[in-house]
Amino acid sequence: MSAIDRTARDMPPATPGVKRIAEPRADERPGSNYLNNGYGWKSWLLTKDHKRIGILYLISISLFFALGGIYAGFIRLELLTPQSDLLQPATYNKVFTQHGIIMVFLFLVPSIPATLGNFLIPLMIGAKDLAFPRINLLSWYLLIIGAVFALGAMMYGGVDTGWTFYTPFSSTYSNTYVTATGIGIFVAGFSSILTGLNFIVTIHTMRAPGMTWFRMPLFVWAHYATSLIMILGTPVLAITISLMAFERVTRVGIFDPALGGDPILFQHLFWFYSHPAVYIMLLPGMGIISEIISTFSRKNIFGYKFVAFSSIAIAVFGFLVWGHHMFTTGQSVYAGLVFSFISYAVAVPSAIKVFNWSATLFRGSISYDTPMLYALGFLGLFTLGGMTGVFLAAIGLDVHVHDTYFVVAHFHYIMVGGTLLAYLGGLHYWWPKMFGRMYPEGWGRFSALVVFVGFNLTFFPQFLLGYLGMPRRYAAYPVDIPAFQVLHILSTAGATILGAGLVIPLIYLIWSLIGGPKAAGDPWMATGLEWRTASPPPTENFHETPVVTWNAYEYAPQEDMEVIGKTSPDDKPDRSSYSGA
Amino acid sequence: MATRVEDSTLIPAVHDTHANHRVAHHDPHTEDASGHHPALQHHFDNLEQQRDATTLGMWTFLVTEIMFFGGLFMAYTVYRVFNPEAFEAASRVLEIKYGAINTAVLIASSLTMAMAVYFSQIGNRKLLVAFLGLTMILGTAFLGIKAIEYSHKFAHNTYPGAVPFEVDHHVVEEYEREKGRPFPDINRVQMFYVIYYGMTGIHALHMVIGIIALGFLTFYGYRGAYSPEYNSPVELTGLYWHFVDIVWIFLFPLLYLIGRH
Ligand SMILES: [Cu+2]
Repeated sequence: MSAIDRTARDMPPATPGVKRIAEPRADERPGSNYLNNGYGWKSWLLTKDHKRIGILYLISISLFFALGGIYAGFIRLELLTPQSDLLQPATYNKVFTQHGIIMVFLFLVPSIPATLGNFLIPLMIGAKDLAFPRINLLSWYLLIIGAVFALGAMMYGGVDTGWTFYTPFSSTYSNTYVTATGIGIFVAGFSSILTGLNFIVTIHTMRAPGMTWFRMPLFVWAHYATSLIMILGTPVLAITISLMAFERVTRVGIFDPALGGDPILFQHLFWFYSHPAVYIMLLPGMGIISEIISTFSRKNIFGYKFVAFSSIAIAVFGFLVWGHHMFTTGQSVYAGLVFSFISYAVAVPSAIKVFNWSATLFRGSISYDTPMLYALGFLGLFTLGGMTGVFLAAIGLDVHVHDTYFVVAHFHYIMVGGTLLAYLGGLHYWWPKMFGRMYPEGWGRFSALVVFVGFNLTFFPQFLLGYLGMPRRYAAYPVDIPAFQVLHILSTAGATILGAGLVIPLIYLIWSLIGGPKAAGDPWMATGLEWRTASPPPTENFHETPVVTWNAYEYAPQEDMEVIGKTSPDDKPDRSSYSGA
Repeated sequence: MATRVEDSTLIPAVHDTHANHRVAHHDPHTEDASGHHPALQHHFDNLEQQRDATTLGMWTFLVTEIMFFGGLFMAYTVYRVFNPEAFEAASRVLEIKYGAINTAVLIASSLTMAMAVYFSQIGNRKLLVAFLGLTMILGTAFLGIKAIEYSHKFAHNTYPGAVPFEVDHHVVEEYEREKGRPFPDINRVQMFYVIYYGMTGIHALHMVIGIIALGFLTFYGYRGAYSPEYNSPVELTGLYWHFVDIVWIFLFPLLYLIGRH
């Protein structure tokens, strides 16, 4: 690649009159892209194009998210007052269960991999599609079938076991639609397995010439690690749920101690999947953050290999810590000690990422566009969520706050403050690529701020509530501790703001499809391969298979940039301040 | 580069033939071989890449299968450690002759499957079809024997959830005579049968899927779809078939042999 090309690629946004290298040439079927290549319902529901399947996922999981959000709204409204007045306790049990099941199995697990991952991985590695396009479509249908079972069970009367399905309550005592919901999760699990399988094979075998492992974007590394967890963990969840349902139907003791079964075995098997599942939800978000932070700092990511391998380390260590959910069960103390120690250890690769992102920001030429605001929000909130996770890995403290709102606040900082913010950031970042339209930047920044404020107001009070002893999963709480109600009211107020902050992007993103200004192939002047094709991309992604000759984040050093009106050769930053010389 | 340009001109035509077929099982290629064009799918650059991808895909799938059976093996281990006597007694109730015959049948079927893969690689259509057929027959024989065995157990009310759950009283009498102690708690014996039916049932389901896949291979193999250049469907089904056999090699001693000493 010549010096001129590099300059063009690395030119910052809003430089007028730049001839872009990767725009489709005029003779290459102008205007043909994956969106206008066929319009009938069949062209969508039977599509094998990973980009269209990504859009199908985007629409479905947005609906699931809205539904899960409505349930969350009911939880927050109920907790405004100490009495269980809006919802009866039995109803409340169903509401929080359904909130959890929808959010975990139908939103968070598929969220980033199935939408952005599906759409972007082939583009990022220069492939025409995922390795198995039909299996990709099948996995979307499996998610929908799973959702039909799970949501159908909810319509008929719901489940009240909590999303964790602890036995023997779920297998013997609960009088709700546990089996149907279990089938739904079982089927949706296979969607996740097939997605992971597809990604692994694609990343191994479909990379474009020159796209070596260490030239891949960190987004792809993160998805590779995620896929490992999907294929290794999810089958265990499937068999666990099957055994639970089997016990429920046949009334044979597998997990019910009254019949000779072992309820702790259920928890072991369940958390063997469900702790790593946290990383299924989080790792892809970390991949997004790596992309956004380097693009909007105009800098190569600091410690590329450390960030890449820390994803793999998280996937591996993540399988060895499940016992930290069981400190208060009959698990042996020695097992508890080991689990506690490894849980501390798993914080190390996460911290490596946070340090490397911070180092990437250092002396970067930072612009505060919407994706960057979300990424910075992630950085703060994930750090808080991760640190409280280290608290909870300490057995003594965990026994004290076990099953309280402290735990609820902790994992919402990870799942909402981490995954959801990353997902929104990524959605904004790649929105122009996906639909060829820009969203209104002002509204974008505004909503990112609203979400950040609303999120913190919702969940920070929950740390305090939990520390004061407010248990999770209760519809009522004591009147004579005034702090409880004050904090709950703050949390509900925050949830209202958060909800509003989420509706704003929904409106302007949909509006942008029609009214947004047309996006260039590379509106952010980023380096990834996905930006080297048109927005929206043609069905076959690239008109010619790209040949990769550059590393993932080759942004020119700031002093080499030909930025008109910003720097001149005379006022380059003083290099001595970098090295301390 | 020249070949790539050629590929892209073929996209519309190839794409259409693909759209007319549905997959019967998870191997993405079987049906492609029917077209006049070689089985290369449009998103792959060449057959070699396609072969690499599908082979890795099958291995990855088998890894998920190991984890899937792994949950059951875990349950087996835990409950056998908790109830060693009940598990040994329950194991004696199983009819070893059926298990042993089935082990032999499956090992034989692995041999015929390996032969089928070999003949697909050297392009011998007749023997390929013959050995695929033989493998199907052996697989079906396995399922038939398994069905006889299940029906014997059901006749004695030896299945989880039976009211009341019982085992063949001859075995109970023999056990008590030989060991000089009462037959273990029937509920714990029942737990063995939860795992027995769970494992052998899921195994049998895998056999059924394998036999259906072999049926497709036989059909397309008969029509001459496989050649020394393109035979990965046969090879991948072979991998799957051997995997299912290996699972049985673990199940047989763990289920049938633990009580016989
Ligand atoms: Cu955990």
